[in-house]
Amino acid sequence: MRVRVDAERCQGHNRCCAIAPELFEADELGNAHARGDGVVPPQLEAKAQLAMKNCPEHAVRITNE
Amino acid sequence: MSKPLPVMDWATDFDHRDSRWIEDPFPIWDELRGRCPVARSARFEDGAYFASRYAEVREIAYDSEHFSSRRVIVREKKITPQPAPPITSDPPEHTPARKLLLPAFSPQMISRLEPRTRTLCRELLDAIGDAKTCDAAVDYAQHIPVRLIAHMLGVPESDGDLFRKWIHLVLEVGISDESVILPALQEMSAYFFAEIKKRGGKRGDDLISFLLDARIDGQPLSDPHLVGTLRLLLVAGIDTTWSGIGSSLWHLATHPEDRRRLVADPSLMPTAIEEFLRAYAPVTMAREVVKETTVGGCPFKEKGQVLLSFPAANRDPAMFPDADKVLIDRAENRHAAFGLGRHRCLGSNLARLEMTVAIEEWLARFPEFNMTEGARATWSEGTVRGPRRLPFTLGKARKPV
Repeated sequence: MRVRVDAERCQGHNRCCAIAPELFEADELGNAHARGDGVVPPQLEAKAQLAMKNCPEHAVRITNE
Repeated sequence: MSKPLPVMDWATDFDHRDSRWIEDPFPIWDELRGRCPVARSARFEDGAYFASRYAEVREIAYDSEHFSSRRVIVREKKITPQPAPPITSDPPEHTPARKLLLPAFSPQMISRLEPRTRTLCRELLDAIGDAKTCDAAVDYAQHIPVRLIAHMLGVPESDGDLFRKWIHLVLEVGISDESVILPALQEMSAYFFAEIKKRGGKRGDDLISFLLDARIDGQPLSDPHLVGTLRLLLVAGIDTTWSGIGSSLWHLATHPEDRRRLVADPSLMPTAIEEFLRAYAPVTMAREVVKETTVGGCPFKEKGQVLLSFPAANRDPAMFPDADKVLIDRAENRHAAFGLGRHRCLGSNLARLEMTVAIEEWLARFPEFNMTEGARATWSEGTVRGPRRLPFTLGKARKPV
C-alpha cells in the first residue's frame, strides 16, 4: 500500500497529518504530502485508510502497489 | 430595527434570524433537505438562497465562477463590499493574499501556542475557583480566543470587550441594521492604524509586524488590504472558537454519558472534538451569485445572496451515517466545519488547538457539571452559532496539577 496527497485538491485541513503523522507531514504553508516514498508499513494500513476517509477535500489517495 | 416576522414556510420564506432557527435549527434543516434542498427568501436584498444538503454546499463552495466571496454575510440590505482579504477575495487575487498568511497559521507555528493556551485556560479556571455555579460561556469560553488572538496580533488582551462589541455589531446586529456596520469597521480600522503607528519602524514577533513586512510581488500591502486583513484576523478567530468551545461544553453538560466517557478515556479527545465540530459547526459563510446558474436542479439568480451552511451540510444523512447523533468516537468524519475548497478556514489549526486544550483543561478541573436547573443556554444569531450564556452548576473542583 502506498499513500499520496493530491496537491491540487489539498487545502491544508491537516486531518491526515493529525491522524497518521507517521505517513504524512505538512509543508510551511500547512499543505500535506506523504512522507518519503509513501509506502505504508502493514501496521499503519488502517491509519492510512482513516486518513483518507477523513480528508474533507478527497485529496488523500491510496494505491495498492 | 424591528424583529423579523415569524416564518410560515421555511422553503420559500426562510429567515435565519427567526427564534426557532436560532434555538434549534436542526429539525428545520432536516425538513428542508427532505422537500426542498435549496430554500429561498425575499427577506434579504436581491433574494437569498439556503442549501441544506452536503452535495450542493460542496458544489457552491468549489464554484467561484458563479459564486463570489465578495459578500460573506447575508444581510437584509446589502452594503458596499468591505474587502477583508483573503476571505472576501476571489481568484486570481485570492491565492497571493492567502499564501501570505498561511505560514503564520501552519500546524508547526500554531503548536507553539499550546503552552500559552493551557496557561490562560488554567487562569480562567482559577478565577472560577470552587464556585458552585458559573456561566461557562461568559466566564470561560469567550475569553480564550480573545486573549490568544490579542497575543498573536500583539495588542492588549484587556481590549477584549471592545473586540467582542465590534464582532457583535458586524456579525449579529448588522444583519438587520446596516447602519451599525460602517462605524464599527471604521473604529476597528482606526484601532489598527493606531497600533501600526505605535510600532513606528520597530517590528516584534506579532502578526501586525508580520503583515507590515509582508510583500506581494515585491510590494508592501496597501493600507486597505493591510487593515482589512487585520480586521478579518480579529473578527474571524473570536466568536467562532468561542462558539466551538461553548457548544462542546453545552453538549457535555447535557449528555452526562459522553462527559463521563471522555473523562474516563481522554484518548477519545481527538474524535470527540471533530464530532463537536461536525455536529455544532459554528460558521455559516455566504456567497453572492455573480452569474446565473443551477445547482441541485435549482436556479440561482444573479445578485442573489447565498447562505453557505457548512453546519447543515454536516448534518446531511446522505453524507454522515447517524447524522443527527453525536458520536464522540466517530472515526470517519469528513466534516466541513472549516469550509471546503480554497477558502478553508485559515485558523483551523488554531481553532482545534484552542478547543482541545479548553475542553481538556475544563474536564481536568470540573469533571462533573450540568446545566443549572430551570436555566437555559442562549444562542447567538446570524453568521456564527454558539451559546452566549451557559449557566452551569459545578461539581467539586479538582486541584490543579
